[in-house]
Amino acid sequence: MKTGTEKLFMKGNEVMSEAAIRAGCRFFAGYPITPQNEVPEYMSHRMPEAGGIFVQAESELAAINMLFGASATGARCMTSSSSPGISLKQEGISYIAGAELPCVIANMQRGGPGLGNIRASQGDYFQATKGGGHGDYHLIVLAPSTCQELWTLTMNAFDYADRFRNPVMILGDGILGQMAEPVEPTPYEPVCELPDKDWILDGCKGREPRVIRSLYLRPAEALAEHNRHLHAKYDRIRHALPRAEEIAVDDARLVVSAYGMTARIAGGAVHEARRRGMKVGLIRPITVWPFPEEPFLRAAEHARQFLVCEMSEGQMIEDVRLACQYRRPVAFYGQGGGWYPTPEKIFERIAVLYEECR
Amino acid sequence: MNDSETRIVIAGFGGQGVVLTGNVIARAAMIDGRNVTLMVSYGAEMRGGTANATVVLSDGPIASPYVETPDVAIVLNRPSLDRFEPVMAPNGHVIVNRSLIDRDVEREDLTVTSVEATSIAHELGNVRATNMVAMGAFAGATKLVGAEALAEAVRLAFQEKSAKLVELNTRALHAGLDAVTS
Amino acid sequence: MRFARPETLYDVPTHYCSGCGHGITHRLVAQAIDDLGVRERVIATAPVGCAVLMYDYFNCDVIECAHGRSPAAATGLKRCLPDRIVFTYQGDGDLAAIGTAETIHAANRGENITVVFINNAIYGMTGGQMAPTTMIDQVTTTTPHGRDARLQGPPIRVCELLSSLDGVAYLERVAVSTPRDVIQAGRAIKKAFQYQLDGKGFSLVEVLSMCPTDWKLPPVKAAEFVNEKMKRVFPLGVYKDKG
Repeated sequence: MKTGTEKLFMKGNEVMSEAAIRAGCRFFAGYPITPQNEVPEYMSHRMPEAGGIFVQAESELAAINMLFGASATGARCMTSSSSPGISLKQEGISYIAGAELPCVIANMQRGGPGLGNIRASQGDYFQATKGGGHGDYHLIVLAPSTCQELWTLTMNAFDYADRFRNPVMILGDGILGQMAEPVEPTPYEPVCELPDKDWILDGCKGREPRVIRSLYLRPAEALAEHNRHLHAKYDRIRHALPRAEEIAVDDARLVVSAYGMTARIAGGAVHEARRRGMKVGLIRPITVWPFPEEPFLRAAEHARQFLVCEMSEGQMIEDVRLACQYRRPVAFYGQGGGWYPTPEKIFERIAVLYEECR
Repeated sequence: MNDSETRIVIAGFGGQGVVLTGNVIARAAMIDGRNVTLMVSYGAEMRGGTANATVVLSDGPIASPYVETPDVAIVLNRPSLDRFEPVMAPNGHVIVNRSLIDRDVEREDLTVTSVEATSIAHELGNVRATNMVAMGAFAGATKLVGAEALAEAVRLAFQEKSAKLVELNTRALHAGLDAVTS
Repeated sequence: MRFARPETLYDVPTHYCSGCGHGITHRLVAQAIDDLGVRERVIATAPVGCAVLMYDYFNCDVIECAHGRSPAAATGLKRCLPDRIVFTYQGDGDLAAIGTAETIHAANRGENITVVFINNAIYGMTGGQMAPTTMIDQVTTTTPHGRDARLQGPPIRVCELLSSLDGVAYLERVAVSTPRDVIQAGRAIKKAFQYQLDGKGFSLVEVLSMCPTDWKLPPVKAAEFVNEKMKRVFPLGVYKDKG
């Protein structure tokens, strides 16, 4: 049986685009930037086929603001970019978060800062999880590590966005966007209950006019009240959404943690360590905001040490330290600027640290 | 790291169809029901000079789509051999397009399959099928992907372009297979 | 023209200064929407600038946009709901400085939206700084010796700038500084909305408007300033009409 033929075989960027369309995304605006150019290219032909709208915007700034308008009409909408372009979008992301509009933003991260390079990177973790734009807000941030997971999480992203009226970021990287592997095109099923969109702007026929805004000038305490409202929502998200995959953590003396592409590569190293009888586990955050703290706290009970791997100089490591409440040392292996790890190199690092854990 | 994992690089100059070759091998592996990843050099990296595609085959999960030390290399031109020979895994296997590569492989641990890919493609009527001849030689020499699955993947890759291209590239695939098995 | 309050405006006092042109222009926009009977199909975008609170005055759906980004947001609104009537209301900083790219590209794509552009040659809300439309020698809080073309460049003429773009259906510059001008401004605004209803593409009406407070002039003198100074630099008239 040719089991392979029912599967899709496309680059991650295309997998994500198709998943978005299957999840009901009907508006895409974007601007070309390597390594995510396949997204606008794919959307330019698939979106009209699906009865949706594709706009090649004049800038990232315009693209995110087009989403601001599209989302206000209730349409499922998406934009994508890579690091420098995501920086440009930050203004709009802040407004969208403030106005509580659902949308999906993909970042196929590349090397930075500045123009950096076009190789894969994970240097935008802080930007994605700690703010990025101005003001006291959060994105929901999902970090797929395979093309299959990219398919599923892209669909989930639209549901989470609608459920919480909040922008959701898919935090990928240049490798995930550019690599191809077989994907089972599972049908779209809502992952959660989806509330009625009783806030959209579509003309006030038969109802009172509505306003969508992030401006709260009067009375003086209105903005503080709005911030409290947002943070009550973020607390609900913190309660409902944290997700992590745990591999061989239960008896682990050394726990490795990584997200996205790096987690996949680290998984190979952890597998090798187990094969050699070393008690090493992996915690792979799937949501990086909200950060899945509980598995780390639990692992800190028995693990002697943590090792965080990132394609950066160390960003998620701060969340790991907080999550395990500084109960155990947290080592780091990683590098920024478009570097990527190999399973062999991570294993070497594991082997050294494991000696210290015995 | 994974015993069932095979890391393959396909390299040549831009226009020799290395990306397409990687795609066809990966799709064939998929048809065979194996796990596979394909990674292609992108962006400014691919302007001019050599292009390469990397394919990782495995029966288990694939950790990284990148290939640092290829187990198998299909090299279509001299610069690609120069670049990849030194980084090949010990006892690796190199498929050499002898028509365009005027030197021998120096490392003694490597298995070498030589094929006059460009000459054979020329005889078939189109030198652009060089990649498919080399791919056939790769399949015949390494048995890493099934010939039937490859033929199906070739058909899938070219059917939208023309029946003539399906026919040419299928013949090229078989010519490559025959060149190393006869 | 009727003298009753248009249904598209709420019966509330505005925060605008005495002699400001926003109130008149709001009224003209609301009247056009009433006359065309489309209030329940309208989605407006509010700018950043003195009209930032226009959603408190307009009795229709409104989205408050980031500074200068209204044409992009309007693109998203209109593309998703092509049978709704989408208009942006923007000042000179919003439209011709920080949002120049969004303006030009929405116009060039021929987005089927209507833009009401208030040009008062100064930044009102932030307290009287130079606008892209500030005239040569005009004193502002950031051009204390008057705008100097060698340092700040000359003023941007938006209608002239956009008139070369094929996507644009209708461009007219009007004023609200005399009763006759107000009547013509009302006609132009209504025509711009009619063009959108007819699916003709991008329409923009530039309104020369008074800012007595930041010009530091009494209202009557401010109207004279429009008539005597601004109309020379920004001639009234139709700059493009695809018909």
